[in-house]
Amino acid sequence: MRIRQVGAHALLLDCTAPADTPEAVADTREAAFVEAWRAELWRRRERGDLIAVEIVPAARTVLLDGLPDPTTTAGQLTRWASAVTAATTSPDQADPQATARGRADAADVVVPVTFDGPDLPAVAEHWGVDVPAVRHRLTSTRFRVAFCGFAPGFPYLTGLPAELALPRLATPRPRVPAGSVALAGPYAGIYPGASPGGWQLVGRTDLVLFDVAADPPARLGPGTTVRMAAA
Amino acid sequence: MTHPATIEVLSAGALTTVQDLGRPGWAHLGVPRSGALDPGALRLANRLVGNPEHAAGLEITLTGCTVRLTRAATVAVTGAEVPVQAGARPGDTGRPLSVPAGTVLRIGPARRGVRSWLAVSGGIDVSPVLGSRASDTLSGLGPPPLRDGDRLPLGEPVGAPAPVDLTVCPTLPEELHLTLGPGPREDWFTPTAFDRLFGSAYTISPVSNRVGARLAGATLPRAVAGELPSEGIVLGAVQVPADGQPLIFLADHPTTGGYPVIGVVTDVTPLAQARPGTTVRFHGPQR
Repeated sequence: MRIRQVGAHALLLDCTAPADTPEAVADTREAAFVEAWRAELWRRRERGDLIAVEIVPAARTVLLDGLPDPTTTAGQLTRWASAVTAATTSPDQADPQATARGRADAADVVVPVTFDGPDLPAVAEHWGVDVPAVRHRLTSTRFRVAFCGFAPGFPYLTGLPAELALPRLATPRPRVPAGSVALAGPYAGIYPGASPGGWQLVGRTDLVLFDVAADPPARLGPGTTVRMAAA
Repeated sequence: MTHPATIEVLSAGALTTVQDLGRPGWAHLGVPRSGALDPGALRLANRLVGNPEHAAGLEITLTGCTVRLTRAATVAVTGAEVPVQAGARPGDTGRPLSVPAGTVLRIGPARRGVRSWLAVSGGIDVSPVLGSRASDTLSGLGPPPLRDGDRLPLGEPVGAPAPVDLTVCPTLPEELHLTLGPGPREDWFTPTAFDRLFGSAYTISPVSNRVGARLAGATLPRAVAGELPSEGIVLGAVQVPADGQPLIFLADHPTTGGYPVIGVVTDVTPLAQARPGTTVRFHGPQR
């Protein structure tokens, strides 16, 4: 864990794995650290140990913005690191296979998906399997929202093994329909609204992902565990 | 039954949006902060008309805009150097103006600077979205940019106008000198990049908007090639995309970005008034 300064009021917690970490496990380990830090920092803020306007998890980092005193916060982060490390070595975090095996959990949000995306054949080819196997893989994976970005309520879902990472489309589509379920890099994602997009489309859902009148407004916020079920 | 008081848009101009102090606190869900590009100027306009500082006003861009108020109100305009006309009466920026019902208010075009903020007593009372009435041009949250013929509700005035005749408006500088604080990815750039960033002049590119001020000038070479996985972005972050030309993020910035941030501009508010072609120079916090 490394703390990077970001201007006068923010810090970036960098959870990038050491350079000698095997590539196959680096992404999983980084995602586990980011999730553990996010959970710890949200808890600390809730308890009043930490004052921050924004705590923003991302691929390998957690941004803390709106800090009244970043130097003091940096000291706190160093002290809290051992608790976070302990959390990442708990059985759930340490065994990515457990996630892949997909244990049921009442807290999981089930996303009903119609798997008819135009890029399904391309994904199948890239993975070296047939289309039903892609569907099976997606419905038997327990995903977790690593972070939101790109658009309000757009979840970056981790859970697929690193070797199934996919390239983005060479030419993004000018319009991807709302509810599109898509894959890119190591992530699955769901477009909350229609927008341009370069991810490979595998299906669609009617689930409303972002509703400003709901509390919380994002159905799939950071830390949420997610399953896809064939609609 | 009385009709609710409104502000009617006769001519929206290039870009007029409803803005307040934005919706911070939702970045973890991908929601930008948004809000007035110069919050201090909006706050001042609100104080002048007796509003709480967080009341919503209009952010008016360059070409100006024309509105009609259906009730008597106190109004104030801050920001760019613009002509203000209240009916047949010439007005002024930086001071409260008391206008009768039906007054046509014409603001702009800007003589110097880019953006003005119009506060009306009672505030623009559109429905808040996630605690803010700000129009976010990136995500589309909040009211859309104004169009000719729009009618926006006005709130009930809650305070008395400020007892001042005028305020001293800061003069708009010919050249911007921006203080740069540390960036999280300084180590992704070569020493040459910093020599160029601090040693040469950049100019504001015409494609700048509420999301960011794009700069043109010496390219900033990278020490680390390859992609940076998405990470959280702060206001004022100076991001360097693949073309090596820096971009300074403003209020409607995305919450995460995938290009390295070389530094963070301490105060972005002068950029709200920077026209394309304006010279920008960076210096470190110690100077």
